[in-house]
Amino acid sequence: MATPQHRIRNFCIIAHIDHGKSTLADRILEHTGALSQREMTEQFLDKMDLERERGITIKLQAVRLFHKAADGEEYQLNLIDTPGHVDFTYEVSRSLAACEGALLVVDSSQGIEAQTLANVYLALENDLEIIPVINKIDLPSAEPDRVKQEVEDVIGLDTSEAVLASAKTGLGINEILEQVVTKIPPPKGEATAPLQALIFDSHFDAYRGVIAYIRVVQGTLKPGMRIRMMATQKEFEVTEVGVFNPRMTFIDELNTGEVGFVTASMKNVQDVRVGDTITTAQNPALAPLPGYRQVTPMVFCGLYPVDTVDYEDLRDSLDKLKLNDASLIYEPETSDALGFGFRCGFLGLLHMEIIQERLEREYGINLITTAPSVVYRVTTTKGETLEIDNPSNLPPVNNIEKIEEPFVKATVMVPKDFVGTVMELCQGKRGIYSNMEYMGVNRVMLTYDIPLSEIIYDFFDQLKSRTKGYASLDYEMNGYRESDLVKLDILLNGEVLDALSCIVHRERAYTRGRGLCEKLRSLIPRQMFEIPIQATIGNKIIARETVKAMRKDVLAKCYGGDISRKRKLLEKQKEGKKRMKQVGNVEIPQEAFMAVLSIEE
Amino acid sequence: MSVGLYIHVPFCLRKCLYCDFTSYPRQEEQVQLYLQSLTAEMVLYGDRLDARHKSIKTIFVGGGTPTCLRPEYLAGILEQVGKVFSIEQGAEITTEANPGTVNLPALKELRAVGFNRLSLGVQSTHRELLRLIGRIHTFSEARQAVTEARIAGFENINLDLIFGLPTQTAAQWRQSLHEIMALQPEHISCYGLQLEENTPLTKAVEQGQLKPCPEEEELAMYQMARQLLGENGYQHYEISNFAQAGYQCRHNLLYWQNQAYLGLGPAAHSYLNQSRWGNVEGIEEYASLVKQGQRPVAEKTTLTIKEQMEETVFLGLRMLEGVNVESFQQRFGKSLQEIFGKQVSSLTAKGLLEQSFGHLKLTEKALPLANQVFAEFV
Repeated sequence: MATPQHRIRNFCIIAHIDHGKSTLADRILEHTGALSQREMTEQFLDKMDLERERGITIKLQAVRLFHKAADGEEYQLNLIDTPGHVDFTYEVSRSLAACEGALLVVDSSQGIEAQTLANVYLALENDLEIIPVINKIDLPSAEPDRVKQEVEDVIGLDTSEAVLASAKTGLGINEILEQVVTKIPPPKGEATAPLQALIFDSHFDAYRGVIAYIRVVQGTLKPGMRIRMMATQKEFEVTEVGVFNPRMTFIDELNTGEVGFVTASMKNVQDVRVGDTITTAQNPALAPLPGYRQVTPMVFCGLYPVDTVDYEDLRDSLDKLKLNDASLIYEPETSDALGFGFRCGFLGLLHMEIIQERLEREYGINLITTAPSVVYRVTTTKGETLEIDNPSNLPPVNNIEKIEEPFVKATVMVPKDFVGTVMELCQGKRGIYSNMEYMGVNRVMLTYDIPLSEIIYDFFDQLKSRTKGYASLDYEMNGYRESDLVKLDILLNGEVLDALSCIVHRERAYTRGRGLCEKLRSLIPRQMFEIPIQATIGNKIIARETVKAMRKDVLAKCYGGDISRKRKLLEKQKEGKKRMKQVGNVEIPQEAFMAVLSIEE
Repeated sequence: MSVGLYIHVPFCLRKCLYCDFTSYPRQEEQVQLYLQSLTAEMVLYGDRLDARHKSIKTIFVGGGTPTCLRPEYLAGILEQVGKVFSIEQGAEITTEANPGTVNLPALKELRAVGFNRLSLGVQSTHRELLRLIGRIHTFSEARQAVTEARIAGFENINLDLIFGLPTQTAAQWRQSLHEIMALQPEHISCYGLQLEENTPLTKAVEQGQLKPCPEEEELAMYQMARQLLGENGYQHYEISNFAQAGYQCRHNLLYWQNQAYLGLGPAAHSYLNQSRWGNVEGIEEYASLVKQGQRPVAEKTTLTIKEQMEETVFLGLRMLEGVNVESFQQRFGKSLQEIFGKQVSSLTAKGLLEQSFGHLKLTEKALPLANQVFAEFV
């Protein structure tokens, strides 16, 4: 039986990592009876193992719940889960656009973090009603009053009715649901108007094809309808519509204001883009819903199989991952050192790590990953503009008029005692100061323009360690700027190892080169001959180290006939070799290709 | 086909700081339990083994420190072996001994009951190095032990030395070699120090209290031993072993030729009927299993033909002479070339292997890097 539109509430949860979003979602599911306690696997909404391990949400989920409110009526609540990481900001903005309200969950001892703030602004841009929830008040370190004040000062929200909650103990859950019903407006939208449904996520199912997660903004969607994707102009016939409650359940139709999924024998996630609008082929809407854009990868790296015979497997695995991840892009590339592989583009570093880890873990491929690079914009002396995502493709210096690199606007929130430290770090990373603002008495928000290449280098780790973990970071792309950049090459045994080339600022080249040589010397094990490691810019050698030849590798004794032990040692030794990449005569461990990321400067 | 017999004596007066062999403090109760159980274990095998495996051509009593037991105990062990097994005429019967635990009467008794080879753990001739590695004796005690062993009638004596010790210099090592050769043992073992996990010496190195011997230095010591001992009539016949003509250790050759041996006692290892197994390490557990009439085995693996081939090669390559190509063919019915042709040619091209007189052997260059070669065969 369909719920009248005025008794539908669509909402999501905004929270910083670790502030308790997933636990809160679990409690809400439990409270509304969607899951019995016995059925609960912890944190139901985070489906993938990786997500659970990292405690973050990658894939969005939407769940339909029913809540019998204090007014005696039963309400349909659609809870849309959002990812909490800066790499996925666009996806967050689309899922916010599918809601009328949001729970702002703030940890009562930590206060607001940069990521939370960024998402609150996104929510406000989308005209969402925001309900502040002060979480983890059961902790001894909780300071709900201070945090409430901070929310008022920083965001300007009225917190007089903020819910004091503990997702862990279940405290405040009913109050949260009541406020969802009373404060968040019901969805607008004409039931009789031409169909407009917003796609806020999709995933690939081996049996059903792409399953699109949608919010019906106006009109009605039913099986059998011929639908059209307004951005891609692809048409499909709807097979099924349904909801997650939280299990996948098929229903007869999705009405105006409702959230659910649609399947239509769609074979390719590329056709079902997040942010796109679904309409009907017969009676299309005049215009798509606002806000659609195609996401572009920011970070690129090379992925190569350690063993060249795994190349085909790697391609198949990437194809499979791509089914589920429209933002992953890749194309074949070859490296003199590493052979055949792929250059892959990612939304950010986390996205990159997740893909690497899934390839290794789920598909069992032994990978070499080259250091991540951003996309440089090179203007040649002939006036051409080239986009360079692989440092080894940089044209010769003589042919370069200028190089521009992407910058981000980075927002750092930090206790005031660390302001000096953070400013020093930002300046050290070629950051350009833009703003500083006090947020309440103790905390400061700093804004800098910083090259993206510095952010992906080690900015976040440095930020965390220098501020004892107190700082939080958010960033958004902020255009290209010209920089004095050079290509740094690494020679092993006199041969350029293209996979280790990187583009660096001229003033950094010397320290970076020296650091890289030292790091490589420590990572490359001694082999039967001496291996010189050199860093060069153009033809000029700027640093040199040597891996000395191995002099001794022999077991003196047979351990009173314990040959099995000896055999195991030899097998281990051989296994270690297998994980190394043979380049020319030199065996190079996988981590060497990422060495540039872990140099201390 | 007769076999070698290894007997592990898991007791020491004090554990040396570099040692990770199984050994416990010598407590009379434990010793008695051990001796009874050892006898029981022999009986167990006496009932199970067929005659050819009960014919013994070498016996090696190792440890631990066998000579921390009273000589009559060691005599008793040997007597028991004689009852259960049949010791071949002219068998090599070795016991290891710590110079700090022997005297003339004891050595006489050991010789009298049938031990004909003595392996003394001298390790170093320098007081400060002996102290560094936790040995309980001095070099003069070792020297005296050799003299007394000669008087007792031992005509086949091995002296163990360790090189590559933290703080040890090449000059000290040269002096040690000369002092050892002056004692005219028939056999000398020179072991490069191996820093085994969880030993006190390794911990001291890991914690930075001791600097490990640099690889280059250790290599120089190794070459020095090869040269000096070679010039003085000791043939280098295995990675760590040198012997005068006719005095190679026949028991250890069984290991390297991948032949059968039976190990008795806690933590002893065996290779019989294509299976390798190791006994449990604890004395109590060892005793309780044999008491129940069970073999005190902790883990056992049966080797595939391929594994036997691999081990025949990597063990055989430990000998300077190398692996006998013809024997390999006879043993497995397939040629070494057919099975390992790829490894052999690539290692030969790298100058690590060579063939001579029907043997495949390590080159000079490969000796100190033997594991790099061996690993290609597993």
